[in-house]
This record gives sequence, C-alpha cells and structure tokens, in this order.
Amino acid sequence: MHEMGIAQQMISIALEAIPKDLPDPRVERLNLRVGRMAAVVEDSLKFCFEIISKDTCLEGAELVIETVPVKARCRQCHHEWEVSDVVFTCPSCEKGEIEVLSGRELEVASLELAD
Amino acid sequence: MEINIQKRVLEANETMADKNRRLFKEKGVFVLNMMSSPGSGKTETLCKTLRRLMPEVVTGVIVGDICTRNDADRLETTGAAVVQINTDEFGGDCHLAAHLIEKSALTMDLAALDLLIVENIGNLVCPAEFDIGENAKVVVLSVTEGEDKPLKYPLMFQVADIAILNKIDLLPYLDFDAKEAVDNMKKVHPGLSVFELSAKTEEGMEPWVQWLKDSVAKKGY
Repeated sequence: MHEMGIAQQMISIALEAIPKDLPDPRVERLNLRVGRMAAVVEDSLKFCFEIISKDTCLEGAELVIETVPVKARCRQCHHEWEVSDVVFTCPSCEKGEIEVLSGRELEVASLELAD
Repeated sequence: MEINIQKRVLEANETMADKNRRLFKEKGVFVLNMMSSPGSGKTETLCKTLRRLMPEVVTGVIVGDICTRNDADRLETTGAAVVQINTDEFGGDCHLAAHLIEKSALTMDLAALDLLIVENIGNLVCPAEFDIGENAKVVVLSVTEGEDKPLKYPLMFQVADIAILNKIDLLPYLDFDAKEAVDNMKKVHPGLSVFELSAKTEEGMEPWVQWLKDSVAKKGY
C-alpha cells in the first residue's frame, strides 16, 4: 500500500549512487532484493516505479527483483531451515523460539548504466 | 557499467526510528506500538487500560487515523495526554512512519510520562514494516475476525512481541474458534504471549495491564 513511497526512496537512492561527473547517464537496469515477507507487492512497485521515474535518468529502466526466501533458526536446537506455508514452528524440535534470518529485505542492490 | 549500491530502501525511516529510540530512552519513557486491523477494538482496549493505569502510570497516547479526531476525543476522557495524527483528509497513508512520531512526540512533555502508547493506523500490513523507535509491539486481533488472520498477515504476527485476542465476550454468539486463532498466532510466532480479554466487559484485562506495568517498571532497557 506504500509502494509509491518505496519507489520514491529507491529512485533517490539510485540517483545518489550515480557519479555526479557522468555526462547524461542512463540507467538500464535497477536490481533489487525483496524478501518474501516484505510488505511489498511486486506489480504495484513496478507500476509506481514506471510512473515516478519519468523525466529522470531511470525512465524506462528495467526493475529486476531478486526474491529472498524466508529462513529461520531455532534458538533451542539451532536448526536452520527455509520457512514455507508461514509456519515458523521448528521442524526439528517443534518447541523452540525462533529467529528470522532472512525474508524481510527491501534493498537496492545495484544499478546498470547504459554505455 | 554496474554500480554496486547495497542500501536498504527504508534506511531513512530506520535512522529516524533510532533517533526516536534515543529520545525516548533519554526521557525514560517506555513506548508501545499498538497495531491491528480496523475495528478490532484498539481504542476501547486503550480507554479501559488507561483507566486502570492512570494516575499510577502516567501515560500519553499518539493516535493515528487517516481522518477525524474521534479516537483522540474518546481517549482524552481517561485523563491521558493525547495527540491525534491525521495522515490526510481524503485517503492518506497506510501506516505511521518514524518522522510522524517524532513530530508528535516533541509536542508532548515526554519527561513527565512513564508510558507512551502509539495507536497505529488500522491495517495489518504496512505498520508491521515501519519501525517507529518503540520498545515493544502489540497486535490486537478480535474474535469477529477470522481465525486465520495470523496466517494471512504473517509479518504482523511475526514482529509483534505480544498479542491481544479481544472481544471474547462475543465468543458464545460466534463460530469463532479461539484455540485455533491462538494456535495460528503461535504457528507464525512460536512463544508469542497472547492475552485473551474483553475490553467491553473487562474480563481478562488484569494480566495485560500487569504486563504493561512490569514493562514500564523495567523500562524495556
């Protein structure tokens, strides 16, 4: 629901990363890492990005999203596993409290400039 | 040419949340972020809770809604200091971000407060994602919703430190299976403590109020 704000932040992070002395830079691809548990809808994010990248050097850039799986570790038996079906009960000992290792990422990984 | 960035998109909010956390620690106030879907009874739970806490635990409330100050008016009757945030008159934001909390908190006499409760915008999705500098998060689910809400909105129940199951006075009239709801919460968050209560009849209020008092006494640090 806040994808427009996310898209705005992404664009300002990307713009800051481009060296100031480059003449007429054009971004071809923006690479993101988005955890499966992040409250972001991929299609909405792409839609918002397309709208607000207009008239910037990111206009027309491809948004490439690497989806990061949800991984957890049991604090009791230290078992690590990939969580599916949103069940966070440790499959090994079935009783420990757990810590989430990945799946909440929302990161700009890199960008690729046209030659 | 590829430029490596590796930057978190919500970094600006996280930096602001850290600033809030330092401010709250300096003023010695315990901050609780209260979240739920619309209509779960957050405001009623708070009104009844505040009547049990005040004046022993001096409490302030920041309440977020897209529009109206109806909730603030209800909460003010308890004697608590209340600040209403409206994100927009028509439409507006889906969550309270850290900078909005700072702006409101600075209008309050934080040093005089033991406890600050932020009643977030009714939404089980976005508020889970935004750190506001709180010490603890509580999620409220009511028995008029589905037992499977925790499975549908796992992040919210995953990030919550405690949960409230509200409106238990209605259980005899509904098909809602309270055990299944609590089991679902624990599937998503093993070890989550759940307080089952009715803000209306005040059944089950005491353990929750005691948890708040203990948390304030420990200040969460």
